[in-house]
Amino acid sequence: MRVTQATFSFLPEFTDDEIKLQLQYAIDNEWALSVEFTDDPHPRNSYWEMWDLPMFEIKDASAAFYEINKCREAYPNHYVKVTAYDPRPCRQTTAFDFIVNRPAEEPGFQLQRTETNDRVQNYTIRPYAYNQPHGQRYGENGK
Amino acid sequence: MAENGKDKGRQQETGEKRWGAGVIPYAKMGYWEPDYVPKDTDIICAFRVTPQKGVDPKEAGAAVAGESSTATWTVVWTDRLTNYEKYQAKCFKVEQVGDTDQYMAYIAYDLDLFEEGSIPNLTASIIGNVFGFKALKALRLEDMRIPTHYIKTFDGPPHGIVMEREMINKFGRPLLGATTKPKLGLSAKNYGRIVYEALRGGLDFVKDDENINSQPFMRWRDRFLYSIEGVQRATEQSGEIKGHYMNVTAGTMEDMYERAEFAKELGSPIIMIDLVIGFTAMTSMSKWARKNGMLLHLHRAGYATYARQKNHGVNFRVLSKWCRMLGVDHIHSGTVVGKLEGDPNIIQGYYDTLRLNHVPEKREQGIYFDQDWASMPGVMPVASGGIHAGQMHQLLHYLGEDVVLQFGGGTIGHPSGIAAGAEANRVAVEGMIKARNEGRDYLKEGDQILKDLAKKCAALQVAIDTWGDISFNYESTDTPDVVATPTS
Repeated sequence: MRVTQATFSFLPEFTDDEIKLQLQYAIDNEWALSVEFTDDPHPRNSYWEMWDLPMFEIKDASAAFYEINKCREAYPNHYVKVTAYDPRPCRQTTAFDFIVNRPAEEPGFQLQRTETNDRVQNYTIRPYAYNQPHGQRYGENGK
Repeated sequence: MAENGKDKGRQQETGEKRWGAGVIPYAKMGYWEPDYVPKDTDIICAFRVTPQKGVDPKEAGAAVAGESSTATWTVVWTDRLTNYEKYQAKCFKVEQVGDTDQYMAYIAYDLDLFEEGSIPNLTASIIGNVFGFKALKALRLEDMRIPTHYIKTFDGPPHGIVMEREMINKFGRPLLGATTKPKLGLSAKNYGRIVYEALRGGLDFVKDDENINSQPFMRWRDRFLYSIEGVQRATEQSGEIKGHYMNVTAGTMEDMYERAEFAKELGSPIIMIDLVIGFTAMTSMSKWARKNGMLLHLHRAGYATYARQKNHGVNFRVLSKWCRMLGVDHIHSGTVVGKLEGDPNIIQGYYDTLRLNHVPEKREQGIYFDQDWASMPGVMPVASGGIHAGQMHQLLHYLGEDVVLQFGGGTIGHPSGIAAGAEANRVAVEGMIKARNEGRDYLKEGDQILKDLAKKCAALQVAIDTWGDISFNYESTDTPDVVATPTS
């Protein structure tokens, strides 16, 4: 299956040039870019690991693109996403985000049910990746 | 006339002429005050007044001020037991609208007239008796300047746009929804199938329709159980947070609370209510939603009975303000291009009113006053009714990014199935955002952008082939008085 979190997951994977155009849009809006990675794709995992600090000062998409590539090289079998952060008043949240790297195989999620009373079921979503500890989930060498 | 020679336009009587028993014009009772300068703390209303033949427009404005604040039809000496000049609303300006028989009357109300945090109290005065007043042919409340002093007595949306996005972890694009169709008659199990298919195909939300409550063909509890099954299965297949607006509208508050509690027990992130439940019930459900971490969707069922006619009722921008204050997270606000009423400028005004922190006066959008929201979170507008993927560039242009686009027929009616319909919508919206961010003139190039996207998405190609030419071009009944002159 394909995890379709983030802004552009229904589109074909972006080329490097397409990624840079999106980065430039964020920079032109004075949104800070940051790179995050994870091997926990649970939809409520709010805290992917930060690849260094957000880039507040950059003027050029290629600087951010360089960091994306460094992260992708370090974690080729993780999910990597870019986040543009909008600090304006009454906003102060993510402007948009998109996945720039994903594991070769995405085993997806298990829907666990617990039967309770009166036909009510308690549902739990559990990524199959949880069968392995962090760092060993999507590849043999731990990354 | 006024004994004070400085106040030339003022008509207020004093002494025996003011207080003698009997009937005198409202203007002479002090409800017409052309020199009045509204205070920062006043509520100011812009009323569109159509006086009966022979009624002086100023007297009509004064009558509206009187009947919506302290006045009755005759002089009462008990006024003198109060600080009546403070409590009297003051009509301070009357302007003819073009060469029509309509006049805009501007009326200021002292803040002490209203209970804190109560839309029912505010509306009981301002749209209470006065709308049936015989001396007027018609009356419409066009806009209302709410001082931040009063705004701050309301909780506002349980979550608001920013928190909703963080809660469901979706940023940078319009959210996508669909209303389950047919709206009436499906069994609970069939109903849940539609929820499941639409969500797994790529929508973020599915929605109960306004009149789906608990009828003989499908009781509410069964609907909730099957719908949440659809939601959870779709989350499993996408890794995304999904939701179904569970309509908890019912005949009593007790029933609504019971249904809302059950939606919470099932793990639904969102419930919905209809406008027809009334302002008190809406406010109560807002407080419940805030307390229970639940998004609150409002279907504006019945709003057009207030809002549609240009000369009578309450403009939707005013209803929008009240709903933002009493606190909903979503509200249906028009599509511009769909099947339901809506002039583009007027709808832009509604969207600004719901979303922005500071809304500047803009007559061509029907905005009569600057409105400051004092950082009260924005409400996510919902565009629903006769829209489809082939209009995505227009929808993004007119409605922006913070909106839920609801494609009911445009999802469920897709020839390749419901999930394919959902996929077409999702690919179209993501592709259009991508093009916009890349700096393309997406409005002009919209058709081409969609065609290119469709080359890699069969579902979108089918959607365009099916609905590409469908549009709803009817004249709006509600249009702005002021038309912007093109500058280029």
